Amino acid sequence: MLDIFLSAETLSSTIRMSVPLIFACLAGLWSERSGIVDIGLEGKMLAAAFTAAAAGAYFQSPWIALLLAIGVSILFSLVHGYASINQRGNQVVSGVAINMLAAGLAVVLGNEWFKEGGRTPPLPPEAQFPIFHMPGFDAVQSIPLVGPYINILSGHSVLVYLAFLLVPLTAWALAKTRFGLRLRAVGENPHAVDTAGISVAKLRYQAVIIAGILCGFAGTYLSVALQGSFVRDMSAGRGFMALAALIFANWRAWPSMWACLLFGYLQAVGLRMQGFKIGDVEIPVQFINMLPYVMTVVLLAGFIGKSIPPRASGIPYTKDR
Amino acid sequence: MTPAIELIHIDKRFGAVHANKDVSLSIGQGSIHGIIGENGAGKSTLMSILFGFYAADSGEIKVRGKPIKIKSSSDAIAHGIGMVHQHFMLVDPFTVLENVVLGVEGGALIGPALTKARSELKRLAEEYEMDVEPDAIVGELPVGLQQRVEILKALYKGAEVLILDEPTGVLTPDEADHLFRILGTLRDQGKTVILITHKLREIMAITDHVSVMRRGEVVANLETKNTSVGELAEAMVGRSVLLHVEKSKASPGDVVLEVKNVTWRDRKNIARVDDVSFTVRRGEIVGIAGVSGNGQSELLDCIAGITTPSTGDIIFEGKSIGHLGDPRHLRQEGLAHVPEDRQHRGLITAFDASESAILGWQFEDELGKGFRLNRDLVIANCKKEMQDFDVRPSDPLLRSGKFSGGNQQKIILAREMSSNPDLLIVGQPTRGVDIGAIEFIHKRLIALRDQGKAILLVSVELDEIRSLSDRIIVMFAGRIMGERDANATERDIGLLMAGVQKDAA
Repeated sequence: MLDIFLSAETLSSTIRMSVPLIFACLAGLWSERSGIVDIGLEGKMLAAAFTAAAAGAYFQSPWIALLLAIGVSILFSLVHGYASINQRGNQVVSGVAINMLAAGLAVVLGNEWFKEGGRTPPLPPEAQFPIFHMPGFDAVQSIPLVGPYINILSGHSVLVYLAFLLVPLTAWALAKTRFGLRLRAVGENPHAVDTAGISVAKLRYQAVIIAGILCGFAGTYLSVALQGSFVRDMSAGRGFMALAALIFANWRAWPSMWACLLFGYLQAVGLRMQGFKIGDVEIPVQFINMLPYVMTVVLLAGFIGKSIPPRASGIPYTKDR
Repeated sequence: MTPAIELIHIDKRFGAVHANKDVSLSIGQGSIHGIIGENGAGKSTLMSILFGFYAADSGEIKVRGKPIKIKSSSDAIAHGIGMVHQHFMLVDPFTVLENVVLGVEGGALIGPALTKARSELKRLAEEYEMDVEPDAIVGELPVGLQQRVEILKALYKGAEVLILDEPTGVLTPDEADHLFRILGTLRDQGKTVILITHKLREIMAITDHVSVMRRGEVVANLETKNTSVGELAEAMVGRSVLLHVEKSKASPGDVVLEVKNVTWRDRKNIARVDDVSFTVRRGEIVGIAGVSGNGQSELLDCIAGITTPSTGDIIFEGKSIGHLGDPRHLRQEGLAHVPEDRQHRGLITAFDASESAILGWQFEDELGKGFRLNRDLVIANCKKEMQDFDVRPSDPLLRSGKFSGGNQQKIILAREMSSNPDLLIVGQPTRGVDIGAIEFIHKRLIALRDQGKAILLVSVELDEIRSLSDRIIVMFAGRIMGERDANATERDIGLLMAGVQKDAA
């Protein structure tokens, strides 16, 4: 029992499971700090996952797969940007539309191209991202007790390390750079930004494109690195979980990472608990898979204080008062 | 000397509205130039054009004699024009420094800009008597200081011409005086100040020149020292106006409303209304003065039954109503309420006037039996009220939001007064209302008082409180700071509004 919750394997799996959440959560962070609500993280992630798997199967290169996935994801964000920035549409509706579009397109195109019921062919090792081994960690493995635990930091796909590097980078960029200052300002009071002579639309497009790039990473990691192929609806609500983590983290970078690790941990435990029995009664898999979502609801409902979104988020900007 | 700013034949339309009609204006360097006019006279539009927020349809702008094109706010800033907007353009969660450097960061990293701004702010603070803590979070500062941050922002960006749009609406008299001192210093240092206001007193107090706007046109350019309040008011409205409300002495009768030790706490358990007690009698107007946000709104909500006091009680006509929280019931008992926020609580802007004119009374049988609403009766009711209160246009089917502020207010007043209430509570009766309508509304309130009704008036306009009220209560930080009679001086009340009790004197 304890083994499931605290073993090195579970923790290692936690890191892997939290990576797509971190990418997506940071994507949401950039977008929402600029005032654009992004319900479409899920859809963009799914579109990227499909593109990466399909391109990976065709070109046999993870890098081409990644580039194309990012491209497709940016395309989707631009649609969202056009609807919410230029047309001042409802950002939630636009996001939901993107989710539905992505889910439908992936299956239709997948079926048409690969004739496997929406799946893509499994990717061979050549089409995989390189694995990064921390120098000197082979020796660590043999240390009794703590060795395996330290070792969980090593031997992951390069995308994993990138995800964790992006957290301090995001925090720094938001706090210390001109772009970060303006971006935070536009999410709180776009009128202040406009009267300071800065283009609101341009800033928000930049934010939305960053969100697109990060969702591209999230999706690629999901299909290429984590699963090795695309399966329909494989994002399985991770986009929404990332949004929940974002709210949980009060739209801040470091807390976002911790929230994603927590959700990743629940997913990892869920995976390992399949077939788990209490006495003679087997706990249904569905119940275990449900845990992260239940946890999200519980956390959001009671255990966190008031989280305050950027004040202008979701409100289209118009000059008129 | 070349004027600082020349606006030449500026014309601007918003759809059918001709906001600025061939406006020409010249503003002298190193002077304070007032622009006065009623709401909707086109003052703000004109200044927004100068600041690059809107583009003029035609016309020319010259800065220090040179014709320039202002396509955006950054062009205006580059030409040394700064603006302090009526609604502050500040990022609340940012520090003062972050707000000041926004837009002029000077490089990809903001560190150097923050350091520079810190020393520059110190210099400005010494030069102009404008101390602000550079690391304070702007949203936590009082409004007077927020406004100072706005001015500092403009000066930091090198403004030579400073436009202020209705700057004193949110200030106590003391804070306003301080602001005027700052503006005076700015002028003495050679800066040019443009002051947009609808308050005649401010124009008289601090400007050198004044331009009067009416319906999109500049109707008068005057030197302040050669004009008078009466002349300006007449130019604004186009006819002579009664500036002082004429009223007879009140003859108060029985107590209608008694507020007893009412305290109201918000969700954070902060007492926004703190142990407030007072009475209102038949035939008198009791005015509650105070800077906006000192508990007046919450007190009104308690009395109107929109919320209930945390502790204490409210007695209306001998009955305890504090615990009811039922505005509909109170209305039927004779307690009418004109809410402070006209657009959100007074009427429904998407409804037509006849529908807004029955809000709260829609259940009455005289508008239709049972669950049915008789449209003809509703419209007839509205027509009658519109005539009675001179609402223009008198079209019951026009959407409520399309009426001007003054006419919206008249619709609400007509609705609340026609029920013949024993007590009328009125919040900000003339906020955003033009002079003509203010005069009308004031007269109707006095008339209601003279019928022997009780009126509780809440307003942030001290002039309004002083000219209408028979007794004045001043609130500060949720408490009653003191009570004065109608003859109290402005300075006396101003001190109470700023939270200064005169015990020592």
